[in-house]
Amino acid sequence: MTRQQRRLLALAGVAAAVALLLLALAWLTVAMMMHGFDAVQRDQVTQWFGPRLPLAVLCALAAAAGVAALADRAWQRWLEAPARLLEEAQSQLTAERPAPLTTTGGDATMAGLAITLDALLQNRRRLRDDVAAQVADGSRRVEQERARLSALMSELTQSVVVCNLDGRVLLYNNRARLQFKALSDAPQLAGGAELIGLGRSLYAVFDRQLVAHALDNIRQRLARGAAAPSAQFVTVTKSGQLLRAQMAAVRDDAGALSGFVLLLDNITRDYARDAAQDALLLGLTEGQRASLGSLTAAVELLVEPDLEPLMRERLLKVVREEARQMAGRLHEAQDRGTAQLKTRWPLEEMLGSEFVAAALRRLNALKLRTGTLAVDDKLWLKVDSFALLQALAYLAHRLVEEFEVKTVMLRLQGVGGRAQLDLVWPGQAMSTETVISWESEAMRIGSQASAERSALSVRDVLQRHGGEFWFERDRAAHQAFFRFLLPQADAETEPEAGLHADSRPEYYDFDLFATQTPSEAQRALDERRLTELAYTVFDTETTGLNPSEGDEIIQIGAARIVNGKLLRQESFEQLVDPGRSIPEAGIPIHGIRPEMVRGQPRIAEVLPSFHAYAQETVLVAHNAAFDMRFLQLKEASTGLRFDQPVLDTLLLSAVVHPNQASHKLEAIAERFGITVVGRHTALGDAMVTAEVFLRLVPLLAEQGILTLGQAREAAQKSWFARVKY
Amino acid sequence: MSASVLLVDDEPNLLLSLEFLMKREGFQVLLAHDGEEALEVLRRERPRLVVLDVNMPRKNGFEVCQALRHDEAIADTLVLFLSARARETDIAKGLALGANAYMTKPFSTQALVAKVHELLEAAA
Repeated sequence: MTRQQRRLLALAGVAAAVALLLLALAWLTVAMMMHGFDAVQRDQVTQWFGPRLPLAVLCALAAAAGVAALADRAWQRWLEAPARLLEEAQSQLTAERPAPLTTTGGDATMAGLAITLDALLQNRRRLRDDVAAQVADGSRRVEQERARLSALMSELTQSVVVCNLDGRVLLYNNRARLQFKALSDAPQLAGGAELIGLGRSLYAVFDRQLVAHALDNIRQRLARGAAAPSAQFVTVTKSGQLLRAQMAAVRDDAGALSGFVLLLDNITRDYARDAAQDALLLGLTEGQRASLGSLTAAVELLVEPDLEPLMRERLLKVVREEARQMAGRLHEAQDRGTAQLKTRWPLEEMLGSEFVAAALRRLNALKLRTGTLAVDDKLWLKVDSFALLQALAYLAHRLVEEFEVKTVMLRLQGVGGRAQLDLVWPGQAMSTETVISWESEAMRIGSQASAERSALSVRDVLQRHGGEFWFERDRAAHQAFFRFLLPQADAETEPEAGLHADSRPEYYDFDLFATQTPSEAQRALDERRLTELAYTVFDTETTGLNPSEGDEIIQIGAARIVNGKLLRQESFEQLVDPGRSIPEAGIPIHGIRPEMVRGQPRIAEVLPSFHAYAQETVLVAHNAAFDMRFLQLKEASTGLRFDQPVLDTLLLSAVVHPNQASHKLEAIAERFGITVVGRHTALGDAMVTAEVFLRLVPLLAEQGILTLGQAREAAQKSWFARVKY
Repeated sequence: MSASVLLVDDEPNLLLSLEFLMKREGFQVLLAHDGEEALEVLRRERPRLVVLDVNMPRKNGFEVCQALRHDEAIADTLVLFLSARARETDIAKGLALGANAYMTKPFSTQALVAKVHELLEAAA
């Protein structure tokens, strides 16, 4: 029954009721009148009334219809219109597109109510849009700041590591990764990724007590009201490196300590150099003192008048011997002491050719013709580039001003561990006195008002570099030049190109500030949610399928998942010399030829590194039972147990999609639309497995499988679990 | 009877001058060339005073001084360090270990002779 029909039925009811009521009233009136009449009167009435009865009924019906019509108006006006308004208003609360409220059939009060409601709804909509815009804007800003921070961090030349109070790493930069790589016992393997990584413990490298002590210091100074307390410590790492750490507090909104920042310097080389220098100085002074003691004693006795000739001869011999020894000691000290040009001024490392390019730009600004002679483009300098450029410009400026030189050229060569930077000009030479005055006067470039003045002299700049400076002329080439002797950068510290330079590094995860509280750490692993665990997703390539019959691992690849993010930068990839032949049949699959594993480390060297890499994480692999068999068979010989929980993407896929025929890695990847790159390299497969795992987690959650324990149970129940390897 | 003085130094060039100097002052002179030998001579001959170098093979001067002060038989020997180790910390250590005086090389022969006389007279 439609609304319209219901309404018609209701109106008919009202009309019938009114008609019946009128008829009943008429009947009652007639009956009461009849009661007081005698028979004659009754007859008269009946005769008069009888023929007119249909008319009376018709009148009654017409009256009833009129009343019903009025009732309908009333209904529409006072009942239906408010109900409609209510519905419309309610639907506008959640409507996608706003529409004005209609008030057809309502009275003036209703119209006013509708207008007011409309205004309120519009108000509310505006507010909601406002809030949404603000939230979007805020997120965008946060995202920008994160991107900026990440870019900044990766460019910093100092190592930065940020940890929460548990010592878990929340952020680190590329420099820190390189530094930790140098600390790693097995540098070529995981590239330091087994030591540093998001969510990893700092205590793998640092003594827990040492860090706790420094944190205590900071806490106490915070309690005393220090604004930005910091602490310093120096530690010797397991590999014998000396690290200086500066620690600063990270505080939450309430001002409570929530973590710390470490700035790290590897001072091993500096320290060794300083120690050698100190030893040299001490040895020199004490040796000279001893000699001088013997020498002066002998000399003082030689003037005695009553000295026997024999004694005199012996004393003279002492004088000659000690004088010779002192001279020898001085020569040796000078040779060793100046072997390393040393300076305490902080110098930056710079590619020599880059410095020359910058110098040319600077010299061109002086309206000079410029050029280069030989420039060794592999040379790395250690310079205060600003001061050195200033010195070059100053000298060129004076050449122009006082000798009308029009053309200068630069030459850069490495000679015996030092760099020779020459400022060369054709023609005229100058006197040594001139050069000395140029060298020692404060530098000034340009004339009068606009002159660029410096408090430094060329000599000061050279001193900063522990270098030397002189003037030479090359008569054969009709040239003269100033030569700067500068320190070279140590070869090892050349910044290396990033492993994954193209993608943005995932070097930070501030969510760990929130998730890693001590009480949670103590919770049993099985009760923790899949989304909050750290995983090592790995794959192995092997010579064959039967480890018990002598098949061996030839490659291990692994990646980490922390807080639901795949950390591509912290990957592990290593070829392994199996110590046996690689069957031809497998080569087309894994692509690893015998010559590729020649010279690679054996499994006994690789496993400790991988073990460290995987510590405190849940292992994930596709068909994990197969890879685990290979690892477990090595337990006895390496003493390393991989006893952490293991999840198998093959089994989990069977839990999520029980009706699919194939649970091969390719098939699953295709179902999830994952682009497969580098399939059948261990790292390539590990990456695909990781992507698959990340997509499985939410699907498992839909089935109510939220924790590690639940996932392991579900995997065991899936019928694939009955397959034994 | 004149006092006996033990001169200890691994530098024969210095011992030559010291020996001449002390003999001329009328002391009975004993010589040793390293720490071990010094302690042997000290226990055997019981000299009144020892002029002691620090940097020596087989026990350095500090060790000799410490052993000497702990050996009751020779504990009251006067100790005068004559050393090329001239840092304040070295001198403080020498005196703390029980030396009576500490002189650094190079030194004036007159000052050394004066110091030896001074120590002997103060102890007499």
